[in-house]
Amino acid sequence: MTSKIKVFPGTPLREVDFKEGKILYRHDEMNGQYAWDTGIGIGSYLAALKEGVLLGSYCRSCRRTVVPPRTVCEWCFRPMNSYIPLKDTGTVNTFSLCYITWDLKRIKEPEISAVIEIDGASPLHGIMHKLGEVDPEDVHIGMRVQAVWKPADEREGAITDILYFKPIKEG
Amino acid sequence: MSERVAIIGVGWVGYRPSTPEVSYKELTYEAAVKAYADAGVNPRRDVDSFITVAEDFIEGTSIFDEYVPDQLGAVLKPVHTIGGDGLHGLATAHMLIRTGQSEIVVVEGHSKASNVVTLPEVTAYAQDPIINRPLGLNTDFIAGMEMNRYLFETGTTLEQCAAVLVKNRRNALRNPLAPYGADLTLDEVLAGPPLAWPLGRYEAAKHADGAIVIVLASEERARSLCDKPVWVIGVGWCNGAPSLESRVWGDVPYIQKAADMAYRQAGIRQPHLAIDFAELDDTYAYKELQHMEALGFCRPGEAGMLIEEGATEPDGEMPVNVSGGSLGMGNLLDANGLARALEVVLQLRGEAGQRQLDEVEVGLAQSWRGVPTTSGAVAILSN
Repeated sequence: MTSKIKVFPGTPLREVDFKEGKILYRHDEMNGQYAWDTGIGIGSYLAALKEGVLLGSYCRSCRRTVVPPRTVCEWCFRPMNSYIPLKDTGTVNTFSLCYITWDLKRIKEPEISAVIEIDGASPLHGIMHKLGEVDPEDVHIGMRVQAVWKPADEREGAITDILYFKPIKEG
Repeated sequence: MSERVAIIGVGWVGYRPSTPEVSYKELTYEAAVKAYADAGVNPRRDVDSFITVAEDFIEGTSIFDEYVPDQLGAVLKPVHTIGGDGLHGLATAHMLIRTGQSEIVVVEGHSKASNVVTLPEVTAYAQDPIINRPLGLNTDFIAGMEMNRYLFETGTTLEQCAAVLVKNRRNALRNPLAPYGADLTLDEVLAGPPLAWPLGRYEAAKHADGAIVIVLASEERARSLCDKPVWVIGVGWCNGAPSLESRVWGDVPYIQKAADMAYRQAGIRQPHLAIDFAELDDTYAYKELQHMEALGFCRPGEAGMLIEEGATEPDGEMPVNVSGGSLGMGNLLDANGLARALEVVLQLRGEAGQRQLDEVEVGLAQSWRGVPTTSGAVAILSN
């Protein structure tokens, strides 16, 4: 259809028109700064990450272990009963090969986002992280992986204290 | 369809200048547990719909609906978030029940104002980005200009505005929820530093953290669950002209319209006679006087005289903000309207402790979304 139209109506805009101030617009940057209180559940999780431990919490009425830990069970609305240290190994539930960075740059080697169901947590309870030391071709749902931690003296109590998860070499 | 809607449970946490030990989710959970215990409902089994009031810029997370369900027991249930004040949430719950869509509805509002490091800058993002914000003024200037025009048109004095602050912070001394109770004199307030003259620094409510959860039900469910239902007999809301250039500055017609809507539903023609007490927006001291006039408690220019005569004191003819208001309890951002409604519920149930008013049957709660908005709501409750 459009190939039949020789000339489109209207006035075309060029980048130079903006530079020369012919097109009026207003640019602004937001100064929005926040300092979120992490609270009891997530605060405990971050403190444990600093120690190189993945922490979950357990609900006795649902018999469910969740990670990250929380103070309330989202299924039965009862307070969680205890905190449980978990292994830093797990299984890929789902993943994606991301060829565009968060700020829209195209990349050749993809970043690999994944939800990893952590060993010791209930089924479908995992943490959101990235995969590394792996050929994107080899990543698959059900793949066994293990956390790669920052050195202890560089950990600061943040989700980035784990650099990524890498495949566990079987056998 | 249910003709009548009742508040059957309330829960709250705070209010405090900061709450570093808990996340906003944990803060809200505590208020929700109290409200559900008060109402005798299990959120997983009994509640049909959940409403949160929150503003994405204040929360620091966009599409805030996503962060709501777990702390309310609302996972896999109907949930929505309203970018409005708590009374807008209450009005929505009222509609959901009146239409027969739901029988039990929960409304939640919270403030983690302490977590917003650049709150004045974030607030400035409510100004028009092209023709107002480039002037680079702290958003409180809008309150200063409104107050100036209000005083000019009505003859209300600086002393009368300061008297609101003295009354409300003294009322707060008898309210364990209120962090900003104080026994001040008029002279101390008037001698304080200016904020946006004629508005003084002390006359702007300080912020606080807190959470409030309210459970509403249809008449049938309310009667079976609750022995002290508080009926929502009228709700109204309204927005004025957004433009700073051409809005009405001395008066707040949108509050008058919101009140008219609520009065019509409640069958109230003479509000000063029908209403026993009121919890009004006082995020700036002069606003309480302006709101009294817009609500028809008196004629324009008379609210200042009423406060001088003590008519709005707890033992006066029309107690206003016996809770301490926002000046005494703190500015809870979009939870303000629910804080107002909560106090009305506690008074109507006779559970307001040391500050309990005698023989109250009808109370009014009113909210305003703060500068630079002309957005307000009114709820009328009865026991």
